[in-house]
Amino acid sequence: MLLLIQYTLIFASVLILVALGGCISEHSGVINLGLEGIMVIGALGGALMMKYMPEGASPFVLIVCTVLMAIIAGVVYSSLLAVACINFKADQTIIGTALNMLGVAVATVIVKAINTAENPDNVSSEIQYIAQKKAFLVNIGSFEFNWFMLLALIALLLVAFMLYRTRFGLRLMACGEHPQAAASVGIDVYKMRWAGVLLSGALGGLGGLVYITAGVSQWKFEVGVAGFGFLALAVMIFGQWKPKHIAWAALLFGLFRALSNVYSGFDFLAAMNIPSGVYNMMPYIISLLVLALTSKNSRAPKAEGIPYEKGMR
Amino acid sequence: MKTKSSLLKNNAVQSLLCSLICVVLGLLIGYIVLLFINPNGAGKAILAVIKNFFFYPEGPARAKYFGGTLVKAAPLVMCSLSILFAYKVGLFNIGVAGQYVAGAGACLYAGLAWQCPWYVCLLLAVAAGAVFGAFSGVLKAYCNVNEVISGIMLNWIGLYTVNILLTNVKEDASPYTNNLASFNSSAILPTLGLDKLFGNNQYVTIAVPLAILAAIVIAVILEKTKFGYELKATGNNKNAAKYCGMREKQNIIVTLIIGGGLAGMGAALLYLTGMEQWSCSQSSVPGMGFNGIAAAFLGCLDPLGSLLSSFFIQHITNGGGYVDKTMYCSQISDLISSIIIYLCGFVLFLREFINSRIAKAEERKAELAIGKEAENAVGGDE
Repeated sequence: MLLLIQYTLIFASVLILVALGGCISEHSGVINLGLEGIMVIGALGGALMMKYMPEGASPFVLIVCTVLMAIIAGVVYSSLLAVACINFKADQTIIGTALNMLGVAVATVIVKAINTAENPDNVSSEIQYIAQKKAFLVNIGSFEFNWFMLLALIALLLVAFMLYRTRFGLRLMACGEHPQAAASVGIDVYKMRWAGVLLSGALGGLGGLVYITAGVSQWKFEVGVAGFGFLALAVMIFGQWKPKHIAWAALLFGLFRALSNVYSGFDFLAAMNIPSGVYNMMPYIISLLVLALTSKNSRAPKAEGIPYEKGMR
Repeated sequence: MKTKSSLLKNNAVQSLLCSLICVVLGLLIGYIVLLFINPNGAGKAILAVIKNFFFYPEGPARAKYFGGTLVKAAPLVMCSLSILFAYKVGLFNIGVAGQYVAGAGACLYAGLAWQCPWYVCLLLAVAAGAVFGAFSGVLKAYCNVNEVISGIMLNWIGLYTVNILLTNVKEDASPYTNNLASFNSSAILPTLGLDKLFGNNQYVTIAVPLAILAAIVIAVILEKTKFGYELKATGNNKNAAKYCGMREKQNIIVTLIIGGGLAGMGAALLYLTGMEQWSCSQSSVPGMGFNGIAAAFLGCLDPLGSLLSSFFIQHITNGGGYVDKTMYCSQISDLISSIIIYLCGFVLFLREFINSRIAKAEERKAELAIGKEAENAVGGDE
């Protein structure tokens, strides 16, 4: 039972971080379909940082450096989306899809290059960080508390405060609802959208790091993040683009995702002898059902997905 | 000067030009990445990617590997047709990967468990893909669920379902499905002598001409029929189409059904050659569907263009297998094709840029001509 709670919380943390990223980006008016790719690149940044940290570094320094590196990697990568979609008015869906494919390809090529450079026989796409990973964990009894759970909570509070209580957040949301109106009162729409995309890159990158250090026991860069970026988008839609609702949605989705990892630990579930694929499918089926029920009157930002053109009304 | 500007104004020429720019830039960036990894073999590696089957000296070996590239290009053509058909109707069918998976599951299960002949397997694959497409279509038309999100969810649902289904017909010792050729040779697509043309490559079957035929059919439907016109009108403006008496909801569903059928057929065209076996433990959706997106956009959303672009993408993907494995990995070609899609996003901007340059140049010329005429008129008065 404890294990289930632990997995639920950690998967929910990933989903909260990434979904909040998507939420900020969409509120600024840009659909960020590339979250999946951003997660991979963020994870790559963090994993490489852990790999190259000197052995004797204190856990605190390790955590701070790794987190920062993941955030930086996510931000840099998301600027590819920002440049194409904001300045060059490219189709946001195509660019997002391209970034997803590119993220996995880049990560695989880099990791394999590092591995083969160290040892020509090593063609795997894994990075070893099992020892370093322990820095993130605190054992409370048999419950493994992970610092990322706290981080996700802080991010949630900060984003909610920022969106509804600060001048920046309100302006950001204006750009997603009616950019021309926002521009008419002197808001720089391009700047705001850039800020939205870069913030989503930061949160997405961090989410990717959480996914690989906590969510899975070992990680091949070839497989990306198994659709978690898209799951986060579903969480965001289910949460109606509101941070508080996103948190609840993430917990629900996290629970089902966790069940697929630990179902064999429950006697009655194991006794039913359902193939593990069914549990793996559950989060996707549920999100599809939920979307079918909730999308009819969706609260999506009005101008999302439409490139901003100054002259248009 | 005049012929040049009018040539550039031509849509087809512009499309070709833009695609070529994307390809060249993609290869260039790939080359730079290779240089960073290991400068010694970069030139050789990028040449290997571009050359693919030209790696072999002329003769049966080269023909055989040329055939191998064609065999894998056929499903890619089908996936890119699926994408572009839906895109013309304003839908981004990212669920193509899941529809492809569904098709693979249906044709392999029918072939292995029920011992069906190849045409039944093929039809079942089309049907399975179409059902997956229909899911997305109904959700989009009646529940307002974005087809991108539902498509992605269905990709994963499809993958796990097919894994569970095909576990029933897999080899005991490995995660792969039973060999189709030895279990049920009637399910293998007929070759009609095509294999002789390609150095006795037994995998070259009627799949290749079927894919070409499908591209032609799609081109005709989109450009020459009332049905295609209605679909495109729905894509351009859903409300206007509804106002003109077109059933826009039905059109959305039909489009995704056709798109799904195309993708499902693509899977059958690959798996019914017996070239590949499905791995029941795979944990990621096959890349064929996503590569189809690349092919569709590189082919400028034209059915015949996608024939060329699909071949090209498969060409460099296979070419990735020839790079020196002690220095690089074969995923370098995935990297190049994803860079190419990213660049395809800029095509619209590039076209606008070319058109505005042409317009400006013509304006200037027209002004000059008017000025000259005025001068002449003044001169005439004197």
